[in-house]
Amino acid sequence: MSEFAIELRDVVKNFITPEGNELAAVNHVTMQIKNGEFFSMLGSSGCGKTTTLRMIAGFEWPTEGEVYIEGDAQGHKPPFLRPVNTVFQSYALFQHMTVFQNVAFGLEMEGASKDDIKKRVGESLEMVQLTGMDRRYPKQLSGGQQQRVALARSLVKRPKVLLLDEPLGALDLKLRKEMQLELKSLQKEVGITFVYVTHDQGEALTMSDRIAVMSHGKVLQMGLAVEIYERPVNRFVADFIGESNFMDGKVKSVKKDQAVVYVAVWEQELTGVITSKVNVGDEVAVSIRPEKIRLSEQAEPQVNGVEGVVVDSVYIGSDTHLYLDVRGKRIKVWEQNRVSTLDLRAYYQNGQKVRLNLMPENTLVLPKD
Amino acid sequence: MLKRLRENKSAQGTLLIVPTLIFMIGMLIIPLLLTLVVSFGQRGADGGVIYTFSLNNYIRLVGFTTDCPPGVKTCFTSLYMEILWRSLVLGFNTTVLDILLAFPLAYFIARAHPRWRNTLMFLVLVPMWTNFVIRVYAWMMILREQGVINSLLGWFAGLVHVPFKPLGMIYTPGAVLVGMIYEFLPFMILPIYTSLEKIDNSLYEAAADLGASPFRTFLRVTLPLSMPGVVAGTILVFVPVMGTFIVSDLLGGSQVILIGNLIENQFLSARDPAFGSAVSLVLMALTIIVTYFYTRKFGFGEEIVA
Repeated sequence: MSEFAIELRDVVKNFITPEGNELAAVNHVTMQIKNGEFFSMLGSSGCGKTTTLRMIAGFEWPTEGEVYIEGDAQGHKPPFLRPVNTVFQSYALFQHMTVFQNVAFGLEMEGASKDDIKKRVGESLEMVQLTGMDRRYPKQLSGGQQQRVALARSLVKRPKVLLLDEPLGALDLKLRKEMQLELKSLQKEVGITFVYVTHDQGEALTMSDRIAVMSHGKVLQMGLAVEIYERPVNRFVADFIGESNFMDGKVKSVKKDQAVVYVAVWEQELTGVITSKVNVGDEVAVSIRPEKIRLSEQAEPQVNGVEGVVVDSVYIGSDTHLYLDVRGKRIKVWEQNRVSTLDLRAYYQNGQKVRLNLMPENTLVLPKD
Repeated sequence: MLKRLRENKSAQGTLLIVPTLIFMIGMLIIPLLLTLVVSFGQRGADGGVIYTFSLNNYIRLVGFTTDCPPGVKTCFTSLYMEILWRSLVLGFNTTVLDILLAFPLAYFIARAHPRWRNTLMFLVLVPMWTNFVIRVYAWMMILREQGVINSLLGWFAGLVHVPFKPLGMIYTPGAVLVGMIYEFLPFMILPIYTSLEKIDNSLYEAAADLGASPFRTFLRVTLPLSMPGVVAGTILVFVPVMGTFIVSDLLGGSQVILIGNLIENQFLSARDPAFGSAVSLVLMALTIIVTYFYTRKFGFGEEIVA
């Protein structure tokens, strides 16, 4: 048995556009997905994540490269010969079959016995909390319930890998949050490798063991949620995941894992952590997340200190979102409301002068792409 | 009055059906009732009707007649029953063959690139711009003794020096069947195409994903989901085939008499509208019964795909 549930080696998928041009939807993607892992492919629409998933499922075949499932090269194997199952964004339930028949379909195709089918469909429906719904037709179910049927229908086959193509996209926010946690615990319970495609970075961070951030058919970064968020490899990833403040600058010096960057708008040097290789003289982006900026009222000199004025503030309960003008540049700062008080003087006021401390260990120096 | 109507939605709805209702009463209900009345009458002089109440026309249709050899008072002829049976069999055969021809074509069009689908459907419908009768005439040109097929065969036989006797294709039951299949094929293709086209591609993918081969996907997914189209097409084909007389007139000659021809004859050459009315009503009843049992068995399909 291979260490990896799924392995993609230098996979390319070209499509012909309606204008007759060749377009690489997936451009030299290599990734390894470990057994039992909850792996997400994250990116905006058209980044190649769904095409990659469809190549694992067998709905598309790579133009170049190879897909391995449990160490076996898949070549041009059709979907019905692959040990993976897919949960479709549209659910793709068979409207002319009951819930039971839908879930039993895959087992019938395997040639399972009647008793076995009955037992396993029952277990599967129990797992997704749909016991007692087996005689209903998909049309008679809510969106969330249909989603669960689709899940049960795939899981009942006990696939090596479950592929999920934005399965929660059609649900409302509250249900989506519930299903995220449910899916995650379900995945732990059954121990099957999940490959999950989403454009929702919050969803990816909540559920995944590891995330691949994709753009224009390429994997920009692959790693743990914390790695993607705290150490994005470039400006695009930092921008796509969560919020960030970006300042353009030029590298002055590089020392071990830190670099000093001259930021032109502030006519000042900033020090930050480097996440991928940068050289002296490179045009880079200095990035800092809004919750990592420390504010203070005293004017004590600091390494990465700048001064600014509060322009706008939005109280959102747990935090206050402050928008500051720092010498012509707008900077976002999320201040946690750690003290419970009605005294408005405890909060920053518009027009108030503050000092921002961009601590070097919280500041990142990122290549522009 | 107008103000009240503006507020009353259900009255507005009722008002909307009035034009159609008047039309249907005038053109369908009243003529039908008249036909019923006439069917109980008797043949009068010069094609008139003597209004009585007798079931003679219906008894005659079943096969009992007073027009017997000398010395016998009533006797039995299966002539009319044969005509009814022949029409039913032809209706059945035409429908089944139309399904077999239409399904692959509709499937092909429904799975074609979206850019081509409308063009292909357009091609299916183009023949319908030509008059129904003219299309039957076209088949006469193809099938008759000096027609297209025989000419081609004769020319080919001449090339290889084989004696050739023209095939007798026209004025046979086969010619009528071919004509019927051709005339009503688009009415089968359209509804089957519509229901196939509605099947989302992801359903085929889901079936494949769950382990179904293309053949089993067809049996378990494509076929059941296209049943509404097949049912609709069957009604659209079977019902008119049962009543049409042009095709059998022109391609069947005197060889293939269908209910339609029988009715036509009674009203025109035999000048017996009373008997013609009775046959018309029996045809209608027959069609309704067959359609009723058919749709009871297979449904109109709306519970499958909405």
